[in-house]
Amino acid sequence: MDHPLLEVQHLSVTFDSPRAPVVAVDDVSFAMARGETLGLVGESGSGKSVTAFSILRLLQPPGRISGGRVLFDGRDLLTLSEREMRAVRGAGISLIFQEPMTALNPVMTVGNQIAEALTVHGMASRAEARLRAVELLDAVHIPDAARRVRDYAHQLSGGMRQRVMIAIALACRPPLVIADEPTTALDVTIQAQVLDLLRELKAQYHLALLLITHDFGVIAEMADRVAVMYRGRLVEEGPVRQILREPRHEYTQGLLAAIPGMPRPRSEVRSVAPKG
Amino acid sequence: MPLLEVRSLVKHFVRRHGLWTAPSVVKAVDDVSFTIDEGEMFGLVGESGSGKSTTGRCILRLIEPTSGTVLFRGENVLQFPRARMRRARRDMQIVFQDPYSSLNPRMRVGEIVEEPLVIHKLGTRPERKQRVAELFRLVGLDPDHVQRYPHQFSGGQRQRIGIARALALNPALIVADEAVSALDVSIQAQVVALLMDLKARFKLTYLFIAHDLRLVEHICSRVAVMYLGRIVEIGDTRALFSSPTHPYTRALLSAIPVLDPDAPRQRIELDPSSFDREAPLRQIGQGHWAAV
Repeated sequence: MDHPLLEVQHLSVTFDSPRAPVVAVDDVSFAMARGETLGLVGESGSGKSVTAFSILRLLQPPGRISGGRVLFDGRDLLTLSEREMRAVRGAGISLIFQEPMTALNPVMTVGNQIAEALTVHGMASRAEARLRAVELLDAVHIPDAARRVRDYAHQLSGGMRQRVMIAIALACRPPLVIADEPTTALDVTIQAQVLDLLRELKAQYHLALLLITHDFGVIAEMADRVAVMYRGRLVEEGPVRQILREPRHEYTQGLLAAIPGMPRPRSEVRSVAPKG
Repeated sequence: MPLLEVRSLVKHFVRRHGLWTAPSVVKAVDDVSFTIDEGEMFGLVGESGSGKSTTGRCILRLIEPTSGTVLFRGENVLQFPRARMRRARRDMQIVFQDPYSSLNPRMRVGEIVEEPLVIHKLGTRPERKQRVAELFRLVGLDPDHVQRYPHQFSGGQRQRIGIARALALNPALIVADEAVSALDVSIQAQVVALLMDLKARFKLTYLFIAHDLRLVEHICSRVAVMYLGRIVEIGDTRALFSSPTHPYTRALLSAIPVLDPDAPRQRIELDPSSFDREAPLRQIGQGHWAAV
């Protein structure tokens, strides 16, 4: 393989405000290979979600990309037309949100939502898409998929909704999935099931996964590499074992030390954020 | 005598579906009993819908329980008339999960902290102002900020305001209902440190309701695990975490992500048919009971 699947180079995002522009993402660079899971961690306001939204060019004003390049499969996404970009979303890169209830359409059956993902990209006829919807629900282990395709989001539990979101995200077989806090709203036993599912599907479809989370436990279970964001900057990046065991940056050290019950061989708990 | 003793607490919610269908009963809290000693940090854990928050609210009678007994210093608060209950609430306070919705956005934070003192007619105006400043300092906030509004503070600072308000009346018991769950981990560590510090200083007793098992293991001396309205396992934290016995506890603990990428993962799936939901708690070890 000559180039990485995704290469973010010197990405900067600015939120314009009447007073002074706020730099939410400041010169962030990282790369992902095919099939790799990169964990992007940080606390609220660190810029991790803004980074993800920028990759897909889903930023809403007053946010704007103020610099850098986002190379996906060698093409700079930031130079594409909106129409070309729509083709990338879903078919090239898809997104799993934190809150499945607000991300799913409440007045459309889940089957139709999966089918829509396929038909808008011209990947299937309507009849084929309906069949694929059942297969996909089955692939994300929703029992009785043939009947469940006719359900609406409100008829499903939180864990089931997240499975539907994953099915939609995988519908067009994108090589890259961005998951923004995919299990944060879920109970721990349901989270475990969804993580197991993501791991299984990743292997099956050879997906690259950009996993955005604040939970180092989820990172330890899922990620190959970790990038740590703090106040818009990427402060540390490396293989998961190195980041968890020998964090170099002071912020990463403090963040790990703040986790209850985390053994701390290096330093005592220190305050990392401005006093909350 | 324990500070708090909950005996056979029951809360049923009746759901009416319509004219022609019979109402159904949700047993949110179904025969729950436990005790908390003075100065103890007692953890109540479970997933959404387990009844842990309802239990906490029933103890303070923010929700009226269906039946049961709640003995606070030996007296059954469920039988207190209104005026007596209001006085009892001076000793029993709650800190809520969401620091955004639990503070009145139209009140200055100084007024929010002062309000309990006003309601209970404690002190003169200058005395109350002085007490508010003292409480602000106690929870690590700047007393010069009493004139500000909640939206001018971060999530962690708002949670400190909620704690200051709960402390205003010098309570003996604090029900912390997911009090740090919404906070970033570094802020959470600071607020937890504050709760522990206050506990040591004022001999506070906490009912710490949480879904974060790692945190509970770290700070609580005893833990009860709730599942579908019942306590399925209760005991000393160390015993419960080192030898979980109830199938639900085992499944729950096995689901916690391990912070070591090389740790062997053994997820235990819960098979609800593998245990008797009605089984009573029985002692299985020193200070350790399970409904098996």
